[in-house]
Amino acid sequence: MFDDFFIRALVAGIGIAFVTGPLGCFVVWRRLSYFGDTLAHSALLGVTMAYTFDLNIAISVFLISSLIALILIQLQKKTNLPGDALLGLLAHSSLAVGLVVIGFLTFIRFDIMGLLFGDILAVTTNDILIIWIGGAIILLILKLIWKPLFASTVNYELAEAEGLNPDKAKAIFTILMAAVIAISIKMVGLLLITGMLIIPAAMARNVSDSPQKMVLFSIIGGLLSVILGLYSSLEFNTSSGPSIIAAALILFILSLFKIKQSIKLKN
Amino acid sequence: MNSNNNILVKLNNAGFRQSEKWLVEGVSLTVEKGKIVTLIGPNGSGKSTTAKIALGIYKNIEGTVEKYTTKVGYVPQKISIDWTLPIRVYDFMLLTETIEDSAIDEALSLTGVIHLKNKNLGSLSGGEFQRVLIARAISKKPELLVLDEPVQGVDYTGEIALYELIKKISDTLNCGILLISHDLHMVMTATDHVVCLNGHVCCSGSPIDVAKNNEYKALFGEKASQILTTYEHKHDHVHSDEGEIKKN
Repeated sequence: MFDDFFIRALVAGIGIAFVTGPLGCFVVWRRLSYFGDTLAHSALLGVTMAYTFDLNIAISVFLISSLIALILIQLQKKTNLPGDALLGLLAHSSLAVGLVVIGFLTFIRFDIMGLLFGDILAVTTNDILIIWIGGAIILLILKLIWKPLFASTVNYELAEAEGLNPDKAKAIFTILMAAVIAISIKMVGLLLITGMLIIPAAMARNVSDSPQKMVLFSIIGGLLSVILGLYSSLEFNTSSGPSIIAAALILFILSLFKIKQSIKLKN
Repeated sequence: MNSNNNILVKLNNAGFRQSEKWLVEGVSLTVEKGKIVTLIGPNGSGKSTTAKIALGIYKNIEGTVEKYTTKVGYVPQKISIDWTLPIRVYDFMLLTETIEDSAIDEALSLTGVIHLKNKNLGSLSGGEFQRVLIARAISKKPELLVLDEPVQGVDYTGEIALYELIKKISDTLNCGILLISHDLHMVMTATDHVVCLNGHVCCSGSPIDVAKNNEYKALFGEKASQILTTYEHKHDHVHSDEGEIKKN
């Protein structure tokens, strides 16, 4: 069944959409889109590591992204620089270092476009296993930390005062971000992963009035984007990542009509 | 060691410093089951800081906090909620603890906002939101309630009803309450212990003792002292929300 590259890409993409949906909501709620970008950019370094030391790409990306997240937390504590400056510093320097390292690795042929924008041809049965097992673990952990994470997203002090330990939830969530980037990098590409997190969630915000609904619509939006995007990628011979994100954008634009309607109803 | 089983939270010489400036220091107080402890003091005197020390929100504190309960309800003074969140009153009621629908309805009815249950949190007025905050804190039937100016923005009649509700909750749930209030009437009629703050504990004791204290008079003026001492008589009845008189 998984012989066909397109079926493999579809199965992988659907697995990814189930994970990026709920995580993307938290990225929107907690204003972490730039943070997601930083982790995704650092993933390039993880990919070069994987090629150099012959490691699994997902595991290597996960380790490097977690390391970058740790460095960020340390820099935030030790310097007086604003958060966005630190994120920019880490995002661009890790991207630059990654590209420089690729330049040195002349003995390996890199498909840079595939790394940046995703490549459906590259999805193997092994990747599908990593995506579905890894994704299930990510969702399970997210379910376990949902209450403290959501409560502290609404109000940190309330969560802390009523004994929910929001700092621990935040640290675990950071690791989940690194993990979701690791499992989706091959498919979506490192420049567009944040789009996969944010755009379906933003679409969902326009049509939801409760957090649970937003998560549900975000997953549905992600699934539709993957299916539409992959079919058009096959049809028009475009990169998989941009096609998926463009499909998500179309859904977002459609969701804007829903807002217009509800504003009209209120008036 | 907790020698007294009724103690919920105990501050021993507690203080908090933010970038070399003491927000409050040397505070010792105890909140026990069924008792209301009120913090009074001018703006910037460290009332909210003291509440946050008691709650464990501030970590690097001087002195110690002993806490003997994990069932805490908190109504913060300032709450900034990010309105990018689609969240209804109902979702907000379940924020820190999963409680039954009947408990949610009961709490929202008690604070008079049951009709807002399915409204978006962002669409509420200041006073309505304050009532929802109180409902959320009491719905989990906490052992310790920390109320930081709980009735701000609430209309006058609502204010009185809510204070009566707070007093009632302290009795029925037998929970300890740490209250920050500017309402000297409330302080006088319902409070068991008053702590007057001005960066440190300026005086503390029963409401009457505090009212007679010279430092209190210096801080709040003679007038405030008179207001407090006016209440030096025993009430034998309370008024219900409808104005009906109930014997104690």
